[in-house]
Amino acid sequence: MNFIFRTILASLFLISALQVCAQKIVIKGSDSVLPLAQVQAESYIKLHKNANISVVGGGSGVGIAALIDGTTQIAMTSRPIKLDEKFKIHQAKREVKEVVIAYDALTVIVNPKNKINKLTREQIEAIFRGKITNWKQVGGDDMQIVAYARETSSGTYDFFKDKLLDKKNYAATCLNMPATGAIIQSVSQTKGAIGYVGLAYVQNEVKTIAISIDQGKTYIEPNEKNTKNKTYPVLRPLYFYYPIKSAAIVTPFINYILSPTGQQIVKKIGYIDL
Amino acid sequence: MLMMSSAVSSLTVLLIVVFLFSEGVSVFNESPLEDDMIVLINSSNPINDISAAQMKLIFDQDVVSWNELGGKKDSIIRFTLDDVHQYFSESEIGTNFELLDNKIDSLVEQTPGMIAVVSTIAVPKNPKSKVIVLKNISPTTFFTGKEWFPTTRPAVQMGALPLILGTLWVSLFAIIIALPIGLATAIYLAEVADKRMRDIIKPAVELLAGIPSVVYGFFGLIVIVPMIQQWFNLPVGETGLAGSIVLAIMALPTIITLSEDSMRNTPRSMKEASLALGATHWQTITRVVLPNSISGISAAAILGIGRAVGETMAVLMVTGNAAVIPTTLLEPVRTIPATIAAELGEVPQNGVHFKALFALGCILFIITLIINVWVDYKSRANKS
Repeated sequence: MNFIFRTILASLFLISALQVCAQKIVIKGSDSVLPLAQVQAESYIKLHKNANISVVGGGSGVGIAALIDGTTQIAMTSRPIKLDEKFKIHQAKREVKEVVIAYDALTVIVNPKNKINKLTREQIEAIFRGKITNWKQVGGDDMQIVAYARETSSGTYDFFKDKLLDKKNYAATCLNMPATGAIIQSVSQTKGAIGYVGLAYVQNEVKTIAISIDQGKTYIEPNEKNTKNKTYPVLRPLYFYYPIKSAAIVTPFINYILSPTGQQIVKKIGYIDL
Repeated sequence: MLMMSSAVSSLTVLLIVVFLFSEGVSVFNESPLEDDMIVLINSSNPINDISAAQMKLIFDQDVVSWNELGGKKDSIIRFTLDDVHQYFSESEIGTNFELLDNKIDSLVEQTPGMIAVVSTIAVPKNPKSKVIVLKNISPTTFFTGKEWFPTTRPAVQMGALPLILGTLWVSLFAIIIALPIGLATAIYLAEVADKRMRDIIKPAVELLAGIPSVVYGFFGLIVIVPMIQQWFNLPVGETGLAGSIVLAIMALPTIITLSEDSMRNTPRSMKEASLALGATHWQTITRVVLPNSISGISAAAILGIGRAVGETMAVLMVTGNAAVIPTTLLEPVRTIPATIAAELGEVPQNGVHFKALFALGCILFIITLIINVWVDYKSRANKS
């Protein structure tokens, strides 16, 4: 009896000791932020040997839900927190803080042989909704438009829909490609193609399109200057949310991401630094 | 020991099937709305139910007036929680959102044409406005629905018809392409080729079966897709035809090996009798060997279809994956295996979408089961 009691006591002590020395940080949420958070965590752990960070995907909503349940220390999201989520957080009596860690931008691309250089948001919406089907309707050659989109469950699919399609659905005739690389490959070998990829993935085989969000008065090129000053329209901040209670545990890591070294990694992974 | 292992393997198969169907069938009790969401309309609005398809039309702004849905002439005003700040100031909602539920309820009551899709916590217990309950996803809408938008908000569209037809369409043409080529090769190997030729061709054909399907897919994307685009002068090369050709190549080894085997089983006496009666070699092949081995050949063809129906990677890469009901071979199509492979990776577990993908798996299982039973029946006919 005494032996059992001692074992239990010892193991309890061991567990609590482990918890004290390695404050485990769980980061959960958006799959669009996942690759960035993963690399940041890896390079942070290299510098701080006793840091214990694990990064899990599942979607922005899943991350916030876990934050409310208290099963995660940081929720990563590719959209600002929604009103009903704020409401739930309030009900759970937690206060959370928001940090923008990087930006993500999408570019609309076409085949280099296409003479179109710019499109308005309305034209892009009509193209991806299947209302415009020929390039001559937007001032190009007489050529059928082939619209390439990402898979329905990809974060990029929703990002593009929210920013450029006025939250309306894509036409069923859009071709769904499983990866960014596949879209670039297809757009580069299909003359009438139009697609969208992350800004960092653009290569010479495809041509980028300037976008207007004021019915064609001004067109904004997707370049570093316009993403830096945030005038480029298909840009979204990526967020970390954390409860104020656990600020002491998470701030060293967040400060690392916001530091010049962390922002270098942001650029390297293909996102836009702050 | 032998009995144990066979018991374990059959139990595993049984468990997988039970798991597949229990997950798949549960999609039919799900609401197409997101979790914890509720639809409110003005209580004077005569509309009493709205289907998931109508929800999409409303929120895509393809339907802009209630009279298009059989209601009054009011134009439709959409409201979601993202729009809260357009209607209310921060202080009106209350810093702790304590006023939010009544605000939204009375807003819907004051605006005749409004439809609000909000989370249940933003609505009072007994709202004055009318609550619309969307019908759960039913087998009828699942199997006959023409739109596959499994992640769209506020209401998902689960119409598997384009996917089912796409799968059958691509497989059917794959077999139409593969059968003549495969049969010709089989006849050549069984009846015409000398031993040296057969020793070269037979291993080459069998090697085809060993190439991983992703390699076929890559080959298809880089070689076949641009070729089809040029030959038919198409705007896009990722078409059902590209998928059919890739699948035809993949089904060839099955068809050739099986039909050659069954041709070789033609009794020597029958062939010699035919030749002795003065028939030429060709006549013997078409009148004696082929009719005698017809059940083996059809079993080969059906197994070939089976291979084509379940193929994932190669098809995913070359067909373009647009979920439209196929009318020609020269348009993109989307198949069931490609859909499961492409979407399962990023789907939240146990959600509607997750279950819907399992339901697609069930459909695929039933199709291949039918094919296997058919093959069994055919090869039994062969024996008797």
